[in-house]
Amino acid sequence: MSALYLLVLASIVVAGFFLMAFIWSVRSNQYEDKEGAAIRMLQDDEIKSIN
Amino acid sequence: MPTTEQERSTIIISKPVKKEATKCYHCGTDCITNTIAIEDKVFCCEGCKLVYEILNENGLCDYYKLQSHPGLSQIKATRSDKFAYLDNEDIASKLYKFTDGNNTMVTFYIPGVHCASCMWLLEHMNKLDAGITESRLNFTNKEVTIRFQQQKISIRKIVELLTTIGYEPYISLDDAEQKKSKNYDKKLIYKLGVAGFCFGNIMLMSFPEYLSMDKGIENQYAFLFRILNLVLSLPVFFYSASEFFSSAWAGLKQKILNIDAPIVLALIITFSRSVYEIATNTGSGYLDSMSGIVFFMLVGRVVQERTYRSISFHRDYKSYFPIAVNVITKDGIVSKNLQDLKEKDIVELHNDEIIPADAIVVKGNARIDYSFVTGESEPVMIETGKQVYAGGKQTGEKITIQIVKPVAGSYLTSLWNHHSFTKNKIEKNNRDSIIHVMSKYFTIVLFTLAAATAIYWWMHDPSKILPSVSAMLIVACPCALLLAATYTNGNLLRLLSNNGLYLRDATVIEQLGDVSHVVFDKTGTLTQGSKQFHTTGHQMTETEKSWVYNIASHSKHPYSKALVKFLGAYPIVTAEKWEEHTGKGLYAEVAGNIIKIGSASFTGVTHENENNKPALYISINDKVTAFYITTEFRDDIPQMIPVLHNRYGLSLLSGDNDRQRERLEGIFGKSSELLFEQKPIDKLQYIEMLQKKGQKVLMMGDGLNDAGALQQSNVGITLADDINNFTPSCDAILDARKFGKFPALLRLAHSGKYIIYFSFFISILYNIVGLSISMQGKMSPMIAAILMPVSTLSIVLITTGLGSVIAKRLHLSLKAS
Repeated sequence: MSALYLLVLASIVVAGFFLMAFIWSVRSNQYEDKEGAAIRMLQDDEIKSIN
Repeated sequence: MPTTEQERSTIIISKPVKKEATKCYHCGTDCITNTIAIEDKVFCCEGCKLVYEILNENGLCDYYKLQSHPGLSQIKATRSDKFAYLDNEDIASKLYKFTDGNNTMVTFYIPGVHCASCMWLLEHMNKLDAGITESRLNFTNKEVTIRFQQQKISIRKIVELLTTIGYEPYISLDDAEQKKSKNYDKKLIYKLGVAGFCFGNIMLMSFPEYLSMDKGIENQYAFLFRILNLVLSLPVFFYSASEFFSSAWAGLKQKILNIDAPIVLALIITFSRSVYEIATNTGSGYLDSMSGIVFFMLVGRVVQERTYRSISFHRDYKSYFPIAVNVITKDGIVSKNLQDLKEKDIVELHNDEIIPADAIVVKGNARIDYSFVTGESEPVMIETGKQVYAGGKQTGEKITIQIVKPVAGSYLTSLWNHHSFTKNKIEKNNRDSIIHVMSKYFTIVLFTLAAATAIYWWMHDPSKILPSVSAMLIVACPCALLLAATYTNGNLLRLLSNNGLYLRDATVIEQLGDVSHVVFDKTGTLTQGSKQFHTTGHQMTETEKSWVYNIASHSKHPYSKALVKFLGAYPIVTAEKWEEHTGKGLYAEVAGNIIKIGSASFTGVTHENENNKPALYISINDKVTAFYITTEFRDDIPQMIPVLHNRYGLSLLSGDNDRQRERLEGIFGKSSELLFEQKPIDKLQYIEMLQKKGQKVLMMGDGLNDAGALQQSNVGITLADDINNFTPSCDAILDARKFGKFPALLRLAHSGKYIIYFSFFISILYNIVGLSISMQGKMSPMIAAILMPVSTLSIVLITTGLGSVIAKRLHLSLKAS
C-alpha cells in the first residue's frame, strides 16, 4: 500500500505541471487577442504568385 | 473626381447603367458609374482603384480572395500633408514604444480593422516596403504593432502607407500623453487558476474521507491526506483569497462594512478551525468547502468583470483633439505639439480639422461645424475677425486662425474642470449597491445571533461556545449572496451586450434598473445621419431628371450622392461640359441646356429659403428647383417614446433651435419638458436640477456636447452608429440599430435586482437546511461536500436561467447577433 504515497505525489506533480502551463499561457499574452489567432492560423504565409 | 482633362470636360459612358448597381470590387459600395475600372473590376472611386493598384503591384491581391469587398470606401480623400507633423522628431518620438535609433517599434490604433482580409494585409506590410521588418495585428484591440528601420522608412511614410491602403491610423493627443498599458488584470486570472488547481486536488484527497465514514480509513493515510489538503489550501487562503481580504480591508478603512467583510470572517474562521482540527487530529476540517467557495466566487468575479476591451468608456476631449497643428511662423509652416500651443500663435486649419483652442479667424471662409460642442447640426459661417471656439470643425476651404486662449483654458475643455468630472462614479455606484446594503444588515444580524449563542452556551456549557459559534459563522457565510450578485450581473451584462447595449461595468446594471427619468439629446440621438429631400419650385420633367442624375452621379459630394439616390436610376446622357467647383457646386451643359447644381449663390438664387433649412438648388436654364434637406427621426422613435413615457419621466435637451418643436411635442406629449438651444453646461445643470428633486436620471446623448450631462447623470448612455467609433466618456454605449429595444433593455436591467433577491432567498433556504442538519449533529463531511457544490450550482443556474427567461419574455435575443 505504500505505493499510494508515490502515486499521490505523482498525481500532484502532474497537476502542478498543468497549473504551470496555464500560468505560462496567460503570461505570454495568449488570451490577449482571442479572435486574431483563430484567423491567423487559416492564412497562408506566402503567396504563390509573387513576381 | 475625374483626373484627366478629357474626363473633366465630357462624360463618355460606354456601358449602360444597370438597374442593380455594381458593387465596388474594393469596398462593396454601390458604384454610381462603371467608368472607374481595371479589366473587369469596377470601383466606386479613384481612391479604391488606387488601393487595388498598389496591392496588385506588390502581389497582395490575396486580400480580395479572403473576403469579398474587404476594403473601406476611399471616397474621402486625405490631404497629402496631413501627417507632416510626424516629421517633427519631438512629436514622433512620443509615439514610439521602443527605439534604438534605427530599429523602432510603434503601435497604431486602426478603427477600420474588421475582417480576416484586414488582418492578412496588415500583417504583410513588409511586402509593401522593405523598411518594415514586421507587423502584427491585435484583432481584438484593433492595434497594429509595426517594427521598422528608421534609416529606411520614416514614421510619416508608414502612416501614409497605411492611409493609402485604406487603414488610416487614429492618432490623437491621448496617444502622446499617456503610456498606460491596456492590459487587464491578469492577477485575477492567476488567482483563479491557482484556486481551481487546489480545489480540484483537495476534493480528490478528501474522497477517502467521505467514503469511509463508518469504517475509518487507515490512520497513516488519513494523516497524509489531511496534511496534503492543508498544504494545498495554503495558496488558496493566502494567495487566491487575498482578493477578498484587500477589498474588505479597503472597505473597513473607509468605515464601510461591504460584502467581503463577512466573507473574509467566515474564511478565517473556517481555515483556523480546520487547521486546529487537523493539528489535534480531531477531524478533517472544511478545507474542501473553503477552497471550493473561493474558486466559485473568483469565477463569478471574472464573469462579472469581463469588459469590452475594444470599446473605450473613458474618453475625454484629448481623444478628439489632434496631436499637433500647423503653426505659421516667420520660417514657414511648422508642426507644433498641441501642448506647446500658445496665445497669439497663428494656425492653419484644413477641411475637417478641429479647432484646437479658442481663436479668432484671420483669413478664409470659416464654415464651422459645432456639432461636437453644441449639437447644432448645421455649420455656421464666421466672418474674419470673429471668434471661433475649440472643438468646432472647419468644413470647406483652408482657413487661418489666431489662438486667443491656451488649449486647457478653452470653452469646451473648461467643461472638464466642472466638479462632476472629479467624482468617481464607479466607487459611488459600488457603495450604493444592494448587495453591500444587504450584507451590512446580514452582518449585524449574524453577529447578534452569534453573541446570543455564545451567551446561551456560556450559561449552560462553556466548552461548547467555540465549536457552536464557529460552526454558525462558517455555515452562515454570505458567499451565496455574493455568488448570486456576481453571476446575475455577469449574465445580464452578456444579455445586454447581445442586444447592443455595452455597459462599462457591472455596477451600471443596478443604476440602470433604478432610473426614474430619461433625458434625450436631439441631434444625432433622436435624429439620424441620413438625409431626406423635399422639393419645391420648378417641377422637373423626366428628361431633366435624367440630366441631373447623370451630372450629380459624377460628384463625390455627399449631397450629390444623396440626390442621386433620391432620383433613382436613369439612362446615360452624355454631357458636353462638366465642371465641379469645390465648395460651390456642379456646372454642366447637356444638349445645349445649362445646368447648375449647388448652393444658392452658385445657382443664382437670390431669396433665402423659408425656415433657414439647408437646401440644394438645381437650376436648369435658370428655372430653379430647391431641394430641402431635412434630418429624419430614427424609425423607432414614434413607437418607443410612448412606451418609455408610461414608466419614466421624459425630457429633451437640444442644442438646435426650436424649428422642430411641434413635431417633437407630438411624439413626446405635453407632459414632457422640451428645451432648445441648450449649451453643454445648461444640459449638465438641468440633470443636476432633476437629481436635486430626487430623480435618478438617465442621459442619452451622442457627442462631446453631451459629455458633461453624461457624466453628471446617474447613467450616461452614448448612442453610436458604430460602437467602435469615438464616443465621449460614459457608462454605457448603445448600438443605434438596436435603439428600438431600449425600453426592453431597461426592464431587463430592472429585473436584475429581483433575480438577486430571489436567489438569495433560495440560498437562505439552503443555509437553514444546513444549519438544522448540523444542529442535530448529523452533518457528515460527505453531506457538506455534496451540499456546497449543489447549492452553488443551483444558484448559478437560477440566476442565469431567470435572466434568460426574462430576456426572452421581453423579446430580446439571447445570442449575440
